[in-house]
Amino acid sequence: MQFSSGKIKPHVGWLALPFALVFFAYFVLPLVLTIIVSFWDYTDYAIIPALILDNYIYIFDGCFSNEGGLCLTLKTYLSTFFFCFFTWLITLVLGFCVAYFLAFYVNSIPLQVCLFLVCTIPFWTSNVIRMVSWIPLLGRNGLVNEFFLSLGIIDQPIEWLLYSSFSVILALVHLYTLFMIVPIFNSMIRIDRSIVEAAYDAGASHRQIIFNIIIPLSKTGIIIGSIFVVTVVMGDFLTIGIMGGQQLASVGKIINTEMNYLQFPGAAANAVILLIITIFIIYVMTRFIDIRKEL
Amino acid sequence: MKNDKFSRRQMLKLSAGTVAATGLGLYAPAVISSDPITLRYLGTAVSMGDEVQKKLFEDTGLKVKFIAVTTDEVTKRVLTQPNSFDIVDTEYFSLPKLVPSGNILGMDTKRIKEWDNVTSIFTKGITPKGKKVGLQGTAPSKVMYLEGSTGKKFANDVTQYATLIPTIYNADTLGIRPDLIGRPITSWAELLNPEFKGKAATLNIPSIGIMDAAMVVEAMGEYKYPDKGNMTKSEIDLTMKIFTEAKKSGQFRAFWTDFNESVNLMASGEVVIQSMWSPAITAVKAQGKDCIYQPLKEGYRAWAAGFALPKTTKGKTADAVYEFVNWYLSGWVGAYLNRQGYYSAVLPTAKQYMSEDEWGFWMEGKSAKGDIVSPTGAKLASAGEKRDGGSYEDRMGGVACWNATMDENKYMVRKWNEMVAA
Repeated sequence: MQFSSGKIKPHVGWLALPFALVFFAYFVLPLVLTIIVSFWDYTDYAIIPALILDNYIYIFDGCFSNEGGLCLTLKTYLSTFFFCFFTWLITLVLGFCVAYFLAFYVNSIPLQVCLFLVCTIPFWTSNVIRMVSWIPLLGRNGLVNEFFLSLGIIDQPIEWLLYSSFSVILALVHLYTLFMIVPIFNSMIRIDRSIVEAAYDAGASHRQIIFNIIIPLSKTGIIIGSIFVVTVVMGDFLTIGIMGGQQLASVGKIINTEMNYLQFPGAAANAVILLIITIFIIYVMTRFIDIRKEL
Repeated sequence: MKNDKFSRRQMLKLSAGTVAATGLGLYAPAVISSDPITLRYLGTAVSMGDEVQKKLFEDTGLKVKFIAVTTDEVTKRVLTQPNSFDIVDTEYFSLPKLVPSGNILGMDTKRIKEWDNVTSIFTKGITPKGKKVGLQGTAPSKVMYLEGSTGKKFANDVTQYATLIPTIYNADTLGIRPDLIGRPITSWAELLNPEFKGKAATLNIPSIGIMDAAMVVEAMGEYKYPDKGNMTKSEIDLTMKIFTEAKKSGQFRAFWTDFNESVNLMASGEVVIQSMWSPAITAVKAQGKDCIYQPLKEGYRAWAAGFALPKTTKGKTADAVYEFVNWYLSGWVGAYLNRQGYYSAVLPTAKQYMSEDEWGFWMEGKSAKGDIVSPTGAKLASAGEKRDGGSYEDRMGGVACWNATMDENKYMVRKWNEMVAA
C-alpha cells in the first residue's frame, strides 16, 4: 500500500530495470513495429515502407454501406464475440463453483493444495492434444453418438456435436476454466472467515452470504480471470479452427491467413484493431474494480 | 500393432545405422581431406524420410539438415530470411512471389547432368508421348527459365538458367470412400452434390482451394474460365458465391488445413468425398479403410516442386548443392518418390531402380503381379490391382490446371475469408 503514494526510494529503482528491459524488448518494441508496419504498403513478395491508411480502409471496406449485409470484419468480430461471451460465462460459473468448493468446503490445507493440483493435471499435456482428444468422442461415429445410438435415444448420429459452435465452446471451456479457478481461488482464500461467521451469526442465509459477501470480495479474482479468458479467446484461431472444422470465422484466423499469404501490413492492421478492441473490453471490466488497489 | 511398427522401425534404423557406419569407415579418408558439408535444406519434406539422408551420405558424403515447414512458411522464409538455408525445395506456384524478390538464383542447367532427360512436362508442357498438358495456372513450363543467373524476370525462351530444378510432382483429384458412397463418381461436380450434404470437405488453403472450387464450378456447367489459375475479380466472386451458398446450406462437414486432418476426416467416415492429396489416400488405406483417388472426367489439378538456390549460397556450398541435386536426379530418390505415388522428374534413371512390376504398376497403369509396397514396407496394393487413374500418360496427360498464384491474389484471399465467415 505504501507504493501507491508514488514515492519509491531512489536506490532501489534499478531493481525494476531487468524487467523493464525484458518488457521493452519483447513487448514494447514488437508492438511499436506492428503499429508501424500496419501503415506500410505491400505486394505479393515485399513490404514497402510508407504511410498509408489503405490497410485500415480495406478492413472496414463495405462496413458503412447497407449493401450486401454485414461486412467481413463485422461478421468476424460478431462471431469472435459470440465465442468469447459464452466461453467467459461458462468458465466464470464453473470456475467460481470449483474455487468456492476448494476455498470453503475443503478444510485441510494439504487436501486443498492436493485438489488444486488435480485441477492443473490437464495442463501437463499440450493444449492441441487436449483439444484434439474431443474429436473421437464427438464425431459422427464417435463414442457419444455410438452410446446414444446403442441406448436407442437417437436413431441418427447427432451432427452438431463436432465442427460446430458447440464443440468450439466446449473445447475453449475445457482449455481455459483453470484460468478462472486460479485467480478466484486466490481471492477467496484471503477472505476473512470471521466475516462469513459474523454474517451467519447475524442470520444471513447461504444465498445472502454468497451474493453479499463472497462475490463482492472475490471480485478481483473474477476480473483477473475474466481478463485472462477474454484476451486468450479473442486472439484464438487454433481451437476455433480445429473444433469448428475451419468453417467458423475468428479474427485470429484472418490474421493467420494474411500472415501465410505474406500480407504482413494487412495482418498488422488487423492485429492493431483487435488490440484496441480487446483493450477496450479490459478497460470496461477494470471500471468495476481497481485492480492495483486490491492486489 | 503399435509395437510391431516400432520394432520394425527400430530394426530399420539399426540396419541403416550399420550401413552408414560401414560407409563412414570406407569413405573416411575422403571425409577427412575435404570438410564434410551439411546442407541446410528448407522445404516441406513431405516425401523425405531418414532413408534418403542415409543413402545420400553413403553415396556422396554429403549431409542434409532438414528445416521442415509448411508450403506458405517456405515462401515466407525465402523472402524474409534468405540466408537461413543453403537449398530450398519449393513449389512452382510460389515462383511469381519469389523470383521478383531476387532472393533466388537461376540454376545453371549445364551443371545438371540429367537436365536433358528431365521430363518434357516441365520443359515443353507435353507428356513424354507428346500429349499436351493443360497449362492453366502457374504451369511449370511457363516459369521454367530465367534470363540470367540473377534475373528477376521469367524468360520467354529456353535459357541456360532454370528457376527450379524439378524434383517431385503429381496430379491431384478428389478422394472418395467407395464403400460409403456405393456408386461411381466421375465428375468434380459431385463435391457439391446435395446427396453428400454434411459429408463433403475441401481444404482451407485459399490458393489451392480456389482451384478445386473452379474445377467444380466448371464441371457443374456454371461457367467456363478462360484461365482458372488467373481469375478476374468477377470470376472470383462467382466462384466464391457458389461455394458460399453450398457452405451455408451445410454441404461441408469441415475444411482442412493440415494433411493429417484430411486423413482423419476420411478414415473416421465424417467425410466421404473431399479434396485430397495422394499420400493421404495411402494413409487412409493403411488404416484398413477403402479409399480411392478418383480420376474425374474434367481432369486433374497438378502441382510441382523443385530445388532452388538462394542468392546467399556461394562457393563450396553451391558446389555441394549441385552435387546434391545431381544425386537427387540420379535415380534412387526418383524410385523412392515413384513408390509413394508421386512422380520423379527424370524418369529413365528412376526406372533403373524399380522392379519391372513396380514400374508397370506405378507408371504404366498395369495390374500388379505381386504385392506393391511403399518405401517403408507398408502394403499398398495386392496382385491384380491397378493404380487409381492408370498410367503416367493418362494421369499427367489429363491435367487440366496447375496450382497458381493469381494476379488478384489479395482479393481472392479476402473473398475466401468471407466464405469462411459466412
